[in-house]
Amino acid sequence: MASTTQTNAAEGPVAGLTSRWASAAADTPAIWKILSLALIFGAWEIAGRTNFNYAFPGFLETMAALWEMIADGSMGAAYLRTAEPLVLGLVISLAIGVSSGVAMGLRRDVEWLTLPIFITMQAAPMAALIPLVTFVYGIGLASKVLAVVMLSLPVIAINSYKAVRNVPSSLVDMSRSFMGSRRQQVFGIILPAASPMMFAGIRLGVAEGFSGAVLAELLITPTGIGDLITYNRSIAKFAHMYAAIFSIVALAVITVSLLHRLEVTLFRPEKRGV
Amino acid sequence: MNVTHLSESRAHSAPAAGDAARDAIIEVEGIHKIYGGSVTALENINLDFHRGALTSLLGPSGCGKTTLLKILAGLLQPTSGEVRVNGTPVTGPGPERAFVFQDFALMPWATVLRNAAYGLELRGVSLREREERARHYIDEVGLSGFEDKYPHELSGGMRQRVGLARALAVDADVLLMDEPFSAVDEQTRRKFQEDLIRLREIEKKTFLLVTHSIEEAVYLSDRIVLLSPRPGRVAQIVTPEIDRSGDPDAIRRTPEYLDLIDEIWAGLRTYVE
Amino acid sequence: MEIYGYRVPAAAALIVWVVIWEIVGRFDLLLMFPPFTEVLASLPDVIGTPSFAEAARITVVSYLAGLALAIVVGIGIGLLMGLVKRADQILNMWVNIFLSAPLSALVPVIMILFGMGSPTVVATVFMFAVWIIALDTRAGVLHASPSLLEMGRAFGASRGQRLKLILLSALPEILAGIRLGVIRGVKGVVIGQLLVSIIGVGALFSLYSQNFLMAHFWALILILFAFALSLAELINRLEARVEYYAGSRS
Repeated sequence: MASTTQTNAAEGPVAGLTSRWASAAADTPAIWKILSLALIFGAWEIAGRTNFNYAFPGFLETMAALWEMIADGSMGAAYLRTAEPLVLGLVISLAIGVSSGVAMGLRRDVEWLTLPIFITMQAAPMAALIPLVTFVYGIGLASKVLAVVMLSLPVIAINSYKAVRNVPSSLVDMSRSFMGSRRQQVFGIILPAASPMMFAGIRLGVAEGFSGAVLAELLITPTGIGDLITYNRSIAKFAHMYAAIFSIVALAVITVSLLHRLEVTLFRPEKRGV
Repeated sequence: MNVTHLSESRAHSAPAAGDAARDAIIEVEGIHKIYGGSVTALENINLDFHRGALTSLLGPSGCGKTTLLKILAGLLQPTSGEVRVNGTPVTGPGPERAFVFQDFALMPWATVLRNAAYGLELRGVSLREREERARHYIDEVGLSGFEDKYPHELSGGMRQRVGLARALAVDADVLLMDEPFSAVDEQTRRKFQEDLIRLREIEKKTFLLVTHSIEEAVYLSDRIVLLSPRPGRVAQIVTPEIDRSGDPDAIRRTPEYLDLIDEIWAGLRTYVE
Repeated sequence: MEIYGYRVPAAAALIVWVVIWEIVGRFDLLLMFPPFTEVLASLPDVIGTPSFAEAARITVVSYLAGLALAIVVGIGIGLLMGLVKRADQILNMWVNIFLSAPLSALVPVIMILFGMGSPTVVATVFMFAVWIIALDTRAGVLHASPSLLEMGRAFGASRGQRLKLILLSALPEILAGIRLGVIRGVKGVVIGQLLVSIIGVGALFSLYSQNFLMAHFWALILILFAFALSLAELINRLEARVEYYAGSRS
């Protein structure tokens, strides 16, 4: 019973990274963001116009190709295909990752048995398993979903675990001192207190999931957005290939920053002080 | 100046302040606490805490005063020994004790009202009744008007008032306060201490206060238990004879108050360095 | 974790998992897992081949080259961002974008620009590792205590000396960034070779899957994982030696 409360003396520097990332983007004014975009895209356009490489279209050419693909519907169709393994994989990762992370945070025996696996998964190049998964489960949806899960699960699980572990021990003690049952401690104190950091972990997991989906479509069989990239490369329509890559990177970045904004609105009152 | 001449039998010891005050609500018997099999935090603590009195546990950092308080609260288990509250051995937290935390331990996602009512919420008191009682105590600690604020909108001192209201709301016999004013700035702390004296007149409760401030202990306590560090032992027990009925600010100028601070410091300074 | 008062080391849990793996493999419970002993038995087989030696060489060389480049450039960008506000306002957004972007999608571009050889792998490692190093260096520089810098100025330190002061006080963050960069770089070296697929471990993986050599496949993955984990551990140790420094700063 006292197991979770006594060990909090060893609070490591775990929360540092995510919060630092979070604070970095927020304080730049919008004008500078636009200027920054213009500057980099301008450099891209100039580099494209110098023709240093036959396969390097400029920014405007790429945008034209992007517009063409959006207009003729091929982009939309591709994303419908890509969304399938991505969403399915993320849902699975979320369910398994959060529940196992919370279980590890609450119980020492679960932590002992499961944490080394997740730590290994997070530090090791899980992408190496994708060919194996393909080898065993074939080139269908199952392999692609597994690829997404393999990349996004560890970060979600480990952050949920750390989130539970980082709940201030005095809050749990407080609940105990007012004779809260274990159930009341977990659902009334630990989970609400852990949710901001858990959400940050989920955000990182979604970013990894995008990576997994792209890798799956490039490595297993070209479908969806991976097909747009591979096909356009094979017929040397490089502007279209760049447009496809641009779109998936932009989509991932926009999704992640929207999640971040949601995180700030949901948990903002707690971010200040306390 | 040595330590030994200051004992409970000295001039400061309480005269027969009525038998009710002598009645021990908490009895501590032979408490040892050893961490990790080797570090002795507390060694053979034997103490009584009197009903209706405010007792301070005073000592330098590392003397185990917070450990002792948490053992009394039932949040920590002693390695050996026994604590009895109202004659019943303590095995865990109980309804007759309420804890006030050093870092306030407020739920950042809940309003002042909900935080103050949390102890009652855990006991299954209906929403209306617990909010009514919480409002009463929020008012009593001087926070009325802030019921719907969140902890991050309050100053440190105000947050601790919420912690105090929460502890009062469950109507426990004993309030265990773990350095409640240490995270609060000096001016706020003084005001808080004065309010606590006033509050004691309304709420006839037993208070146990852990502090490292000699001034605070002397200012507030009926009885001061001095603990020595490494391992934590009871070094001496002092009973201040200070009349707190008048102007709370005048207390700080009385010779009894000032002399006692000097005396305690003379005894404690050997442990610091 | 403790059982009957004895501390059971965390690594023991991995042994439990290996045993489970062996059982799963023996009884063909999951198609993906051949018995662990079989994987171990094929280890010498994998390591002994000349193509493995070649793969190991490509992997190590391009990893080290890419990482070295990432460390130099990353610290440079980070310093620039930490010291020059204008540079920070322009670069900050991009560094953050690349930190959360699916970088694997950019590998096809790298392949076109750098060809189907190890330069692509080097570039991939660089791309995976550089951003986090830059960001952590920036954080370290911004974190450097103002009073320390004022001290430097008060005692008449030259520009170069002050820069050294900043670099040293940012060292804990820089090292933390490098540790994450090391881990990301390993992912980069594997993903790069998988996508290029005709060199290094990528070629080996294709070879094994074409010939249905499951145990070999796993043996190669074990080697890669061991490589990644020992690198991470090495950096952890290094970081622990600098820790005192971060602790005494605050």
